[in-house]
Amino acid sequence: MNDAAERKLALSHLWVAFIAFIVACFMGEYQVLERSGFIPALDSPSVYFASVSTHGVLMAFVLTIFFIMGFGYYIAATSLQQPVWNKPLAWGAFWLALAGVVMAAVPLLTGKASVLYTFYPPIVAHAAFYIGATLLVVGSWVWCVIMLVMFIQWKKANPGQPVPLAMFATAMNAMLWLWTSAGVAVEVLFQLIPWSLGWMDAIDPGLARTLFAWTLHPIVYFWLIPAYTAFYVFVPKQAGGFVFSDEMARLTFILLAVFALPIGFHHLYMDPEQARGWKLLHGIGTFVVALPTLVTGFSVIASLEIAGRLRGGKGLFGWIGSLPWTNTMVLSVILSLLMLIFGGFGGIVNASYAMNAMIHNTAWVPGHFHLIFAGTTVIMYFAIAYYFWPLLVKKPLFSNPMALVQLWTWFIGMSILTTPWHVLGLLGQPRRISTVVYNNLLTLSWKPYELMMILGGLILLGSACLFIYNLAKTQLNPAAEAFEQQIEYAETVTPVESLPEWLNDFKLWNKVIAVLMAISFGYPILQFFFMDTSGSSPWGF
Amino acid sequence: MQIEPLKSKYGQLLRDFYTQLRAIHIDQLERKWITITVIVIGLFVGIITIDAFFHGINPPSKVETVDSATLHLNKEFAEDNLGVQVNNSGGITIRMVAGRYSFFPKHISVPAETKLTFRWVSMDVLHGVHIPMTNMSTMIVPGYVAEITTTFPKPGEYPVLCNEYCGLGHNHMWSNISVIAKEDWTAPVKLPAKGGSNNE
Ligand code: HEM
Ligand SMILES: [Cu+2]
Ligand SMILES: [Cu+2]
Repeated sequence: MNDAAERKLALSHLWVAFIAFIVACFMGEYQVLERSGFIPALDSPSVYFASVSTHGVLMAFVLTIFFIMGFGYYIAATSLQQPVWNKPLAWGAFWLALAGVVMAAVPLLTGKASVLYTFYPPIVAHAAFYIGATLLVVGSWVWCVIMLVMFIQWKKANPGQPVPLAMFATAMNAMLWLWTSAGVAVEVLFQLIPWSLGWMDAIDPGLARTLFAWTLHPIVYFWLIPAYTAFYVFVPKQAGGFVFSDEMARLTFILLAVFALPIGFHHLYMDPEQARGWKLLHGIGTFVVALPTLVTGFSVIASLEIAGRLRGGKGLFGWIGSLPWTNTMVLSVILSLLMLIFGGFGGIVNASYAMNAMIHNTAWVPGHFHLIFAGTTVIMYFAIAYYFWPLLVKKPLFSNPMALVQLWTWFIGMSILTTPWHVLGLLGQPRRISTVVYNNLLTLSWKPYELMMILGGLILLGSACLFIYNLAKTQLNPAAEAFEQQIEYAETVTPVESLPEWLNDFKLWNKVIAVLMAISFGYPILQFFFMDTSGSSPWGF
Repeated sequence: MQIEPLKSKYGQLLRDFYTQLRAIHIDQLERKWITITVIVIGLFVGIITIDAFFHGINPPSKVETVDSATLHLNKEFAEDNLGVQVNNSGGITIRMVAGRYSFFPKHISVPAETKLTFRWVSMDVLHGVHIPMTNMSTMIVPGYVAEITTTFPKPGEYPVLCNEYCGLGHNHMWSNISVIAKEDWTAPVKLPAKGGSNNE
């Protein structure tokens, strides 16, 4: 199959993602410097909050959405061995989403949308920010439709056959994203946009927060699923082993999607507008969703062990040494899992209904999500990029040793950045502050940790630059000889010939999700229409 | 309505589902791992649920509305009523208003080792309040009263920090609280609030 058009499509998306990423990394380092108060000349809340808002939006929405779209197109084309359905539509979505990013960037960079990436009302941003963000999301919905159409068409053409695991996971993610983004879409379309344009006088911030919480948890699984997909479909092959169990992998993706959705209230534990019973219900669901992650951890380690032993590793731990540590995919997965273990531990603290009070909105929270999102997830984005780039540009990777240095430094930098960040949270430092002015003894103890964060950020920034340099060099290198390598999907220990329909389709799971969402969000949303609430008019910042 | 056909239809569906689930390839070791994780997760969920139901350990969740735009007209949160008050029943209620960029009153004194009920409201945007090293933490959402009951074990001077971004002056949003040994604390001379906890 000549997939030049598909490769160009994927590459364009991935470049937008990584350009957003590198720009935001520079902002990240500026932020740790500014907030430390180390360089008084930098001190400026208005620049700081414009920067944090932009950094948050670029990382959480632009990097992720564009990466996931590009990843999805290439996975669909290669795993189904089919051209991407309706390429003009796919390009339309690309340009629409990009236009949205540009439209939102203008108010962000000029300080007219310093409302952070969570844009909690009643502080209001320029309407162009909300409209731009909406266009980005609409672009991603078109991607979802393309993924689901390809999934359904392939099933029609191959009745009774299992959909390739990589495509199953990707289509699952498209479906998950449609459900996930519905909450914030309703908030933006029916509350924020009309209110910011002055068509509505007041909106209820309690309802807005509830709708945002609908999105806020499952969105992290939307970001994470490409990483999990790589764990299952690339890692075993790269390590020299096999996928442990194809069916368990599917079940894991299903459980992730189904249980990620109805649990968003763990972000509202400390909120007055929802009652305790609902919070407890979501809290229990939060622990349930840990199950598929623990199963994934097991499968990945097991498939690595198979590989290590096939390569001659002996003894209880000997197989670890005989893994191909110089393979970027294998190294990434090891570092990713390490960060997942520490991050998962922090996550249990966050999830714990009452313990949450200690760390809610403290510096612990950005410490936690940098570890698990910028660490665990993004390092797998790097691994995927290193694996895809040669395939996409048909040239060998510019430098494998440089890639290994880059991955190690990302891991080290992330550890140095996030460990003090967690400690600061336990010492009571709030998140989202640009300077420390509290005239209190306690705050003196914060200083050394802030200095350590500058160092961590510097290492990360250097690492991010190496990453971009390597990708650019790979693409710009003059092609020496024909590059023949093909994408390789891992094989399972016991290949599956047939699957029950519920492991090969989403119909049942959509119904299950609809029921769970109605239970967990039905009354909590409807209550705002029965209660005697008084809305908020817009406030500047 | 006919129940029987429905019952047998869904019963059959469930039985099929179960047989297919049992047919999944799953390794012995993996089965054990899943059993262990299910038990551990069950344990966590159990502890949290028991704490919530039997020990009353819950986050602040009183769904009570208030009009944030007209707090000055509201009896309960009128300026005179803010701060620490001993109720008729002997309980202590602390009414606080959050507004850009401080908490009002700017300084309060409370006794240690005593049950305190805080009632927080916002007069403008979203704020959060946390007293570091304690579990006095809640979001203050405009339109709602955030009520939280807690006890401070250790006397000392604590800062009261805003922990939700509320505008460019967010860094400057803080006040102080003195936690005083129980025996040294005297109630401020003030009449109990007329509005009570119900502001309707
Ligand atoms: C060079 C590496 C990085 C540094 C030094 C850095 C630093 C920071 C800092 C200082 C903040 C502000 C936190 C606050 O004010 O409480 C922040 C916010 C944020 N960062 Fe990073 N960051 C880096 C990379 C990343 C990456 C790779 C991601 C995700 C892919 C990410 C996601 C976010 C998000 C979503 C926020 C917004 C948080 C909020 O609004 O509270 N960051 N970062
Ligand atoms: Cu969450
Ligand atoms: Cu505030």
